[in-house]
Amino acid sequence: MKQQNIYDNDPRYKIANREALIGVGLAVFNFIWWFVFAYGLGGRDPSEYSYVFGLPAWFFYSCVLGVVVMAVLVTIVVKKWFVEVSFDEEGEEQ
Amino acid sequence: MNWQALIPLIGVLLIIFAVGIWAGKYIRSSNNFMQDYFLGGRSLGGFVLAMTMTATYGSASSFIGGPGTAYTEGLGWVLLAMTQVSTGYFVLMVLGKKFAIVTRHYKALTMVDFLKERYRSKWVVLFSAFSIIVFIFSAMAAQWIGGARLIESLIGIPYTTALFIFALFVLVYVVIGGFRAVALTDAIQGTVMFVGTLILLIATIIAGGGLPNIMSDLAAENPNLVTPYGAEGTLTPAFVSSFWILVGVGVVALPQITVRAMSYKDSRSMHRAIIIGTIVVGIIMLNMHLIGVLARPILPGIEVGDKVMPLIALEVLPNWLAGLVLAAPMAAIMSTVDSLLLLVSSSIVKDVYLNYIQPQASHRRVKRLSIGITAILGVIVFLMALNPPDLIIWLNLFAFGGLEAAFIWPIVMGLYWKKGNKYGALASMVTGVGLYILSDSFFPQPFGLHSVVLPVIISFFVYVFVSLSTQDKENSSVELIG
Repeated sequence: MKQQNIYDNDPRYKIANREALIGVGLAVFNFIWWFVFAYGLGGRDPSEYSYVFGLPAWFFYSCVLGVVVMAVLVTIVVKKWFVEVSFDEEGEEQ
Repeated sequence: MNWQALIPLIGVLLIIFAVGIWAGKYIRSSNNFMQDYFLGGRSLGGFVLAMTMTATYGSASSFIGGPGTAYTEGLGWVLLAMTQVSTGYFVLMVLGKKFAIVTRHYKALTMVDFLKERYRSKWVVLFSAFSIIVFIFSAMAAQWIGGARLIESLIGIPYTTALFIFALFVLVYVVIGGFRAVALTDAIQGTVMFVGTLILLIATIIAGGGLPNIMSDLAAENPNLVTPYGAEGTLTPAFVSSFWILVGVGVVALPQITVRAMSYKDSRSMHRAIIIGTIVVGIIMLNMHLIGVLARPILPGIEVGDKVMPLIALEVLPNWLAGLVLAAPMAAIMSTVDSLLLLVSSSIVKDVYLNYIQPQASHRRVKRLSIGITAILGVIVFLMALNPPDLIIWLNLFAFGGLEAAFIWPIVMGLYWKKGNKYGALASMVTGVGLYILSDSFFPQPFGLHSVVLPVIISFFVYVFVSLSTQDKENSSVELIG
């Protein structure tokens, strides 16, 4: 199979691998943010909770702000570091 | 019967129906039936892609069962639901460009096509097709029940009649329209979900007298409702974190999701879909589950969790608007059902029939068979849903877990690790599914984790270990894609 080597060295795969790793990195960050705020602030007795916009602080930071932070982060990452590539094979009909 | 609420609901459904028929016309004139019917001709743009992902994902688990459980458990369940935000970016980033390029190269139309070309093994294909058919079937039954429940509580007709109406509706447009119809209607449904939940959330907050008021009502009833630990304090951090695998990153292995990751037009569509998807999934999940919690002080004492959504909508909104908003969960269920239905029929026609029973089947025969099997499957699910169990969310999650345990490593490692081979893939699938079913039946929460976690971890090591120890057997016969 001649295509084998072409496939091994395809520069598009370098891009793809890097972007997949970015995805993993974002998920790890997302998890830490979610966990630390939820159980860090939410772990005490409910009578001691502080409230932000009427919601318990742990919930506000972990769930509400968490979504906003992830949306902004994902937008920046995609716009800055994601590269446009062609999915079709050169010299092949699609 | 509540006609004021019913008319807008029917209106939305009719629009969706019309789109299905329109997409069906496109298919009849197509000369590449398989690719168009099962994959929409790989032509999805960014917005449609993001919406179809969200809609498929935001299934009855989030829309009916989810808010119902949030009603019982309090804010802890919203926290759990938020693990789903990661799906918005993770799936498309991780499968990403590599999956798009490789599946085009393989000319794959289904996830099983990809596995078939990657591993070149009959057993991998048959086991995959079998898992899809079994697990997706149970997921589908759960969705139909949810859909029928919704119609039941909205119109007040008997469950069986509601189920019949629902089934007829879904069947007609999936059968004629195929993937393109499903993706397009998903886009409409996703938008309805997004706007609908937003309106309902605001109306619920107003009806409850503002957030501080609702929160103090909740805390007065049971302080646990405002903690991350659930009403009875049973939602431990380990258990809730497990959902990062079950409904978060593990979703990468669900066939109904992966098939979407091979259907988009170009990398620009993919980039847009990642951004739109993250925002839309995040907002829908947050709104939907928060509504469930906030409904509690307003409408105390609802016993069947599935009815929380319809009842709160009818309570806090004018009737016509409630009908419009309730098109959202209805839309969510339908869009999940239609894609699952298509998936099972593609698995039977494409993965089993065309691969192993009749590879030479004519174009016309395949076409008739695809449509016929889709219809027959619908009827079987209908019969199964006639006698339904009560809490649909668990049924649904069982199917998710099984598929994830089966496919996560054969797909992800198959894409990124050259040395993975068919022995590793098969061993990992069998271990994953086997352990999951055993664990779920006999040790429901090992170490406080959800029963899907350990099988997923163990099957990773099985994949790597078996692949490495069979390197000699598996020479260069497989085309490498690393």
